Amino acid sequence: MEDYTLDTEDGRLEALRRMLTIREFDTKAGEYFADGEIPGFVHLYIGEEAVGVGTCAALEPDDYITSTHRGHGHCIAKGLDTKLMMAELFGKRSGYCNGKGGSMHIADVDAGMLGANGIVGAGPPLATGAALSIDYQDRDQVALAFLGDGAVAQGQVHEAVNMASTWDLPAIFLVENNKYGEATPVEKQHNVKQLSDTAQAYDIPGVTVDGMDVTAVTEAVEEARKRARAGDGPTMIEAETYRYNGHYEGDEQNYRDEEEVAQWKERDAIESFKERLLDRGELTEAEFGELQAEVEDEIADAVEYAQNSDLPEPEEAYEDMFSESVPEVEQFASRLRTDGGSSRGDSQ
Amino acid sequence: MTAQAELEREETETMTVREAIREALREELARDEDVYIMGEDVGAFGGVLEVTGDLYEEFGEERVRDTPIAEAGYVGAATGAAATGTRPVIELMFSDFIGVSMEQIMNQMAKMRYMFGGKTEIPVTVRATEGGGMGAASQHSGTVHAWISHFPGLKAVAPGTAAAAKGLTKAAIRSNDPVFVFENKMIYEQQGDVPTDEDYIVPIGEAAVEREGEDVTVVATQRLVGESLDVADRLAGDVSVEVIDPRSLYPLDTETIAESLRKTGRMVVADETPLSYGTHAEIITRAQEEAFFSLDAPIQRVGTPDTHMPFSTPLEQEVLPDGEGVENAIRRIT
Repeated sequence: MEDYTLDTEDGRLEALRRMLTIREFDTKAGEYFADGEIPGFVHLYIGEEAVGVGTCAALEPDDYITSTHRGHGHCIAKGLDTKLMMAELFGKRSGYCNGKGGSMHIADVDAGMLGANGIVGAGPPLATGAALSIDYQDRDQVALAFLGDGAVAQGQVHEAVNMASTWDLPAIFLVENNKYGEATPVEKQHNVKQLSDTAQAYDIPGVTVDGMDVTAVTEAVEEARKRARAGDGPTMIEAETYRYNGHYEGDEQNYRDEEEVAQWKERDAIESFKERLLDRGELTEAEFGELQAEVEDEIADAVEYAQNSDLPEPEEAYEDMFSESVPEVEQFASRLRTDGGSSRGDSQ
Repeated sequence: MTAQAELEREETETMTVREAIREALREELARDEDVYIMGEDVGAFGGVLEVTGDLYEEFGEERVRDTPIAEAGYVGAATGAAATGTRPVIELMFSDFIGVSMEQIMNQMAKMRYMFGGKTEIPVTVRATEGGGMGAASQHSGTVHAWISHFPGLKAVAPGTAAAAKGLTKAAIRSNDPVFVFENKMIYEQQGDVPTDEDYIVPIGEAAVEREGEDVTVVATQRLVGESLDVADRLAGDVSVEVIDPRSLYPLDTETIAESLRKTGRMVVADETPLSYGTHAEIITRAQEEAFFSLDAPIQRVGTPDTHMPFSTPLEQEVLPDGEGVENAIRRIT
């Protein structure tokens, strides 16, 4: 997994590339979902790119993350392959999960990505567990949970943060406050002024950063990582950000007005980071154009790869339940082999 | 060959079910450094049901770890830990508390391997105690193993003897899948011969014929294994009763049960879960699928009527399935 950090010029360009990649990936994901080529649900990360990229830039390649239902950005920031991601969205066998997971369950445990997650608030206990493994085996890693503002209201998040802080585990809880938990504004779901105020309940640092500023995010995560590796326990970071699209594609968004969306777009994280790099002389408009073209090519390739990949065969539905097959599942695979599945669901 | 005959070929020691489970935990902690225990009061206190006992003194607080009272949190943490290179063994105390942690069990632990295309393993063991009989009332007496056995992606075992308790606990810990070990709290003091071999395991998915018979098959679990054996003794000379302990509820050894039914033609299923939509129905369905034309009488069920476990002794005794219920069921069909 390629490492990158905002401390170097190359790293900053890589961060910009990944932010652009996320936007392009999710733009295309939205289009192919609208066309019906991508089944199920998709939740797009457009607008929030600085959070995922700023966070992962501060992590080491073998650190763990847990993700959310809005996970494409986390995957790309962590270095997952956009071909295998797109193939998974298309339900193809060549996808990360052989087509069994889809958008909400992309995972690559070997790359430290412990899964997007369709259950709001379910990632933090898993991250606490990954941090426990790290601590138990004395490994030089951290585990970071991405969670949304809505998840902060979930009981299991409290349990996870309490445990990680009580045991001084190398964990980081990164709250992406995009202002809406599904369709309900954050103020209607929480009593605290800032979600990071909840950190006080665990006697751990709680900081709020501008999630539209990739540098601010990365600095906060670097600090949290140092603290975690020093054995001082977790940090809660709230990154204030905004999703440009609805909660899911197809969401009519009657809960917010266009003016609010437009105001956030004026603070676009990619634009502002690009401007900063132009100002510093680390990037020219021509180079930006090349970068954008490369990213578009990469995602076009990913789409082509996904479209050209095979769908899974029906019998693959019966694989991967357990480390060893069980007769309860195997009987259906063998029935499918013997009679083409015509009596699937019958008992004899 | 009966389970007892198999045991007679091994070096054994007589011990209680509780000691057998503790011995399994001790041996697996010693065998594999990645194995550790987590749960409420499992450490210096020794476990509310005294199963972990002195393991804390022997292995220390990192390997016998007390948790906050946060079932969802630590079940989730165990799942995340299992996905990242360690092998936690959870004590969930009373199985009723599975309800508190069900999200992490059904949506994370059970599904991760499959959702991720088989690219991760979740080697986690969850021990929980079940059953009525000690006046613990409705929230501490449940028998819920049908839920876990029903849910794809989880394995479930439920020992009825001390040997099975040791062998299944060890098999669970060595498995690379999530395995729930359901311990009936009324048999912790039950004694039996237990193999001393540190590699003795009871493979998950293998039933045991605890007693051979010709006239009727009793498929019994947990506490009802011993009570059914007592019934078989009482009826000897009158009715010849075969007693089978499935030991593993999921996967279930359908063939051993069906083979017995082909011989006897009659069957009673005795399990403490509530009767509707449960363990009995599954075992009976499979038995009739495999041995329908051997059936000489309707298969009988002995279980908890569809009530919760009441507190007061006469009420609890009324609903708790027991040997008398098994005997009555046998009488109805022989």
